[in-house]
Amino acid sequence: MTTVLEQGVALAAGAAPAADPPRTRRVAPTRRLLWPIGLVLPLLLALGWEAAVSLGLASGRLMPPPSRILATLWALAASGELWTHVWATGWRVAVGFGLGAAAGIVLGVLSGASPLVRRLGDPTLQALRAIPSIAWVPLFILWFGIFEASKVALIAVGVFFPVYLGVMGGILSVDRKLVEVGRVFRLSPPALARRILLPAVLPELVTALRSGLGLGFMFVVAAEFMGASEGLGYLLVDGQQLGKPDQILAAIIAFALLGKLADSVLVALTGPLVRWQDTHRDRL
Amino acid sequence: MLSLDRLSKTYADGTVALSDITLTVAESEIVALIGGSGCGKTTLLRLLAGLDVASRGGITLDGVPITEPHPSVGIVFQEPRLLPWLTVAQNVGFGLADRSSAEAKGRIAHALEKVGLAGHAARWPKELSGGQQQRVAIARAFVTEPKLLLLDEPFSALDAFTRASLHEHLLGLWAESRPMVVLVTHDVGEAAALADRAFVMRPKPGRIDDEVPLGLARPRERSSHAFEDATRRLLASLDRSLKAPEAAAQDATGAALWW
Ligand SMILES: Nc1ncnc2c1ncn2[C@@H]1O[C@H](COP(=O)(O)OP(=O)(O)OP(=O)(O)O)[C@@H](O)[C@H]1O
Ligand SMILES: [Mg+2]
Repeated sequence: MTTVLEQGVALAAGAAPAADPPRTRRVAPTRRLLWPIGLVLPLLLALGWEAAVSLGLASGRLMPPPSRILATLWALAASGELWTHVWATGWRVAVGFGLGAAAGIVLGVLSGASPLVRRLGDPTLQALRAIPSIAWVPLFILWFGIFEASKVALIAVGVFFPVYLGVMGGILSVDRKLVEVGRVFRLSPPALARRILLPAVLPELVTALRSGLGLGFMFVVAAEFMGASEGLGYLLVDGQQLGKPDQILAAIIAFALLGKLADSVLVALTGPLVRWQDTHRDRL
Repeated sequence: MLSLDRLSKTYADGTVALSDITLTVAESEIVALIGGSGCGKTTLLRLLAGLDVASRGGITLDGVPITEPHPSVGIVFQEPRLLPWLTVAQNVGFGLADRSSAEAKGRIAHALEKVGLAGHAARWPKELSGGQQQRVAIARAFVTEPKLLLLDEPFSALDAFTRASLHEHLLGLWAESRPMVVLVTHDVGEAAALADRAFVMRPKPGRIDDEVPLGLARPRERSSHAFEDATRRLLASLDRSLKAPEAAAQDATGAALWW
């Protein structure tokens, strides 16, 4: 047993490390360099506007300078008012997102896994999807009243569709070859769903949840426009009625921060589920 | 013992992929199926795995007919087909869900060691090279100790060195439980390195054209006269198969067989 065979073995054996390989995750140098670059443009614009207003080149009445917006934001936070609004909005989004996402996952899995359910239910859902969700507002107010229930319902509807479509599409596109591995090991249909189909759609599920969450924030604004006494959307309407653009912009900034925070939490929570993914980016 | 009795497969579109395949494989025997593209090798393996049903004829494993996936039959596909969300060790243990966790652990560790990946148990499939992934797939198939192991060109995407080392890993695992093996390959050298017998297949319709006993003892040396002689006999048989009148039109396909 000398010759090519053994050389091949020796080569392969040499190539296979005995100890655990290092598992550190290196950030690509380009990304490390690039991310602060994205801040340059908004900072320049903000500084430019700040300078323009303080030099008297612009009045800043309709478009207040950053310093005034931040001062308003600070005052709202210091008085505790901001937190009431953030809490109200966050709570609505959380409940609406929870309901919409749960319904989307359940119906998406059923439609994806069962051709009968898909043929039966999908056309109806697609038709409902074609309705602009804001059009439901009057009906929801009639059904659920003007208070929380109708707002949560609207947000849930907004979250439902992207989650439903993402999960169903994900299940329909699971690689036949992996399903065959399940068949070779004689998995029962529930085991196949649990051990192959569900894990396979996790990346699509995470993406769908994230776009659902984004829509949830869009819809909470609409919901809070239709009569609310607290919430960041209320702060927007209130700023408009009182002619306080700094309050509107402060609320917009609070929305952006809250949305980003919610998305980051979602990514952090779901990250461990999709660590195995082989994509060109480690992080979405 | 595995026996195939006048096995035929016609696909829904009318393609006759296999026609009247009759052969038997003895206990612990390794047979190679060799032939050009489209002669029904994958179709035959899928029937043996119970992933497809025959149109006519039947397969029995130790007297039991095979019409659906069977616990004693393992398969390694042309691609590794690892589940990307499971670690290497979890992939190897995928078929051991019904065993105690202590037993599963022991078997997984042993199989990984046998394919030289003991240090990689906790890694994700994406972190492995193609050859390493295929070794995991081989370990996954062996870990349930099948009586019949099916291999569909499992090494065709690999370079010659990796392939040679995988042959050794495969034979090392085979020597432990000595299952029957049906190996699909288009590499004459691979057939001679691994098999006891080779069946030369021909397309349209897919059938067995010739049977070549290799008669080589293990371990085998590629430079030995006996090995060269077996390879030459295989090549001669392939040659005859290609020169047969109905196969004249297949020359273009046949050329691919030569290397
Ligand atoms: N699902 C299918 N439906 C219809 N025809 C098929 C199907 N699968 C394979 N065939 C046909 O059956 C014949 C045999 O195919 P098969 O995949 O078994 O060949 P093979 O010997 O494995 O070829 P290769 O060496 O290229 O893998 C081919 O003519 C192919 O086109
Ligand atoms: Mg094939």
